[in-house]
Amino acid sequence: MPEGLVLGGIDYVILSVYFLFVLGIGWALRRYTKTSEDFFLSGRSIPAWIAGLAFLSANLGAQEMIGMAASGAKYGIATSHFYWVGAIPAMVFVGIFMMPFYYGSKARSVPEYLKLRFDEKTRGFNAISFATMTVFSSGISMYALAKLLELLLGWDFNFSLWASAIIVLGYIYLGGLTSAIYNEVLQFFLIVLGFAPLVYLGLRDVGGWQGLTAKLDTVATANNYAPGTWSESWRHLTSPAANPMGVEWFGMVMGLGFVLSFGYWCTDFLVVQRAMAANSMAAARRTPLIAAVPKMLFPFLIIVPGMIAIGLTYAGGSFTLPKMADGSWDYTMVIPTMLAHYFPPGILGLGLTALMASFMSGMAGNVTAFNTVWTYDIYQSYIRKDASDAHLLWVGQMTTIFGILASVGAAYLATRFNNIMDFLQLVFAFVNAPLFATFLLGMFWKRATGHGAFLGLVSGTLAAAIHHGLTLPIGASVGIKGGWLAAAPLHGYPSEMAQNFWTAIWAWTVCFAATILISSLTKRTKTDADLTGLVYSLTPRPKEEHLTWRALAKGPGWTTPEGFGVLVLVLVVVLNVIFW
Amino acid sequence: MGLDIRMPIGLMFSIFGVLLLGYGLLTRGSEIYQRSLGLNINLEWGIVLLVFGVVMLWLGRRSWSDQGH
Repeated sequence: MPEGLVLGGIDYVILSVYFLFVLGIGWALRRYTKTSEDFFLSGRSIPAWIAGLAFLSANLGAQEMIGMAASGAKYGIATSHFYWVGAIPAMVFVGIFMMPFYYGSKARSVPEYLKLRFDEKTRGFNAISFATMTVFSSGISMYALAKLLELLLGWDFNFSLWASAIIVLGYIYLGGLTSAIYNEVLQFFLIVLGFAPLVYLGLRDVGGWQGLTAKLDTVATANNYAPGTWSESWRHLTSPAANPMGVEWFGMVMGLGFVLSFGYWCTDFLVVQRAMAANSMAAARRTPLIAAVPKMLFPFLIIVPGMIAIGLTYAGGSFTLPKMADGSWDYTMVIPTMLAHYFPPGILGLGLTALMASFMSGMAGNVTAFNTVWTYDIYQSYIRKDASDAHLLWVGQMTTIFGILASVGAAYLATRFNNIMDFLQLVFAFVNAPLFATFLLGMFWKRATGHGAFLGLVSGTLAAAIHHGLTLPIGASVGIKGGWLAAAPLHGYPSEMAQNFWTAIWAWTVCFAATILISSLTKRTKTDADLTGLVYSLTPRPKEEHLTWRALAKGPGWTTPEGFGVLVLVLVVVLNVIFW
Repeated sequence: MGLDIRMPIGLMFSIFGVLLLGYGLLTRGSEIYQRSLGLNINLEWGIVLLVFGVVMLWLGRRSWSDQGH
């Protein structure tokens, strides 16, 4: 436990001001929430920059903040691949190529797109697995927050859990998705402005970038890697043995970059919902592109603290990471330990508020996605098809309460059976890995059929499970880590991360091949006319107007989504080269 | 939408800015700043937050009056 984390009066004042604003935004928005479309899709009225920041912030949950800082300490700057190889290209792709179909089809959710494009069973499969997953993700977020506050500040676990649940419930119940989106924008600025001084103080302490790389060389050599392994992102990806991730460049680019990141950013309704709420096609297409700009700078805010923390720990100064029971460094404590070490009272309140904001935005993102999928894709589709709009709005509000209670339940489940949560996350990974193949074929190949999509997804999921069951990270024991299908694992991966990437690659490939094969053998059930607006070749190209900022009304080419996307990609290549 | 998000953001960060700035002034030279490497980080960052908040308020206010209010 980090010493010195005692909150003063000023810190409590800052925390309270934040909670007042969060609930106040929900309160102020309650009169604008009159129809189900208002509640679930913000009446499709959100300007591009707000949708963009919310798109980014909905993903900035606990797993992201704590997890990426931890990876920064564990693997160094190579963690930036999650952003500069993974997220950014995927965000550009979804904005330019996929948003015309998501937004243009007027689907109210990602599962609903699958229903329009394929059939009922494909939608049902996606809706049910997604709804279950969001409840558990939000539960894990709550659990992590309450656990952290208990550890850091000695706050009662039950109190933190219920208090965060009630606050999130309050603002979503009152203002629906708009409230969640507005709060996500607030949380975005809070996270940036709360953590920036931490990075500043940390870098100052470690002696700037130069000092940091020198200290990270010590970390690398102490762990039997070449100097520079922690501060150069690509040079050490020549073989799995050369870096602590245990991954080589192909597995990185294909597994993380292509399959996992595209799968997440292009098909996960949690983020796509923010773009669907945008006020026009032009705004919807720009939503992920606008999000990509701050996203590519986030490694400096989240990963660099992890690198500083491990560098200082090895240098043996006054800063040191805590250890876990088995004697290894507790990487998940990077952010809390640094907050306690560098922030005096006052700004400590701000940093802690930023941390809580990130947990709450992750929670709220899951809850809003859950209540939409539940209400439109499950309740309206299978339970009451003729429900009036007023009834759907009421169901949405009740579902918000139910979703939050279910998340609290999941959080308590996590306190008692940690293995169950690991197991569920694993199952969801199997379900998600192949999904991007289904969308890719659905949007760009009109011949893909409902049977093809559904059976392709099922085979991809099975392929993921089988691959996981036949392989094992070296040194891990058989069970939740893999190897449960064979007497002896067929293949040993150098790390869990390498195994994950390859599980995803197998799942994607099998789903892609099976969907093509089965589609070719089955009859199309949708005519070309049915698929207009859903498939690339059957949809008229969107006429693209420039951003409406007055000065740029007749502006240069980069104000179109395509131009802006190219600009973003150029910038991300530059970042990759700088930290090569 | 009836609420310009820049207004609450601007207001909240202005309040944070004033709080940190005020607290920083009151605690000048205090030993609590040993943690932040001798910098009065409350004072400095309070100014940053206040400027950010005021700019947000100004932007929100400007578009509000542009719409004919």
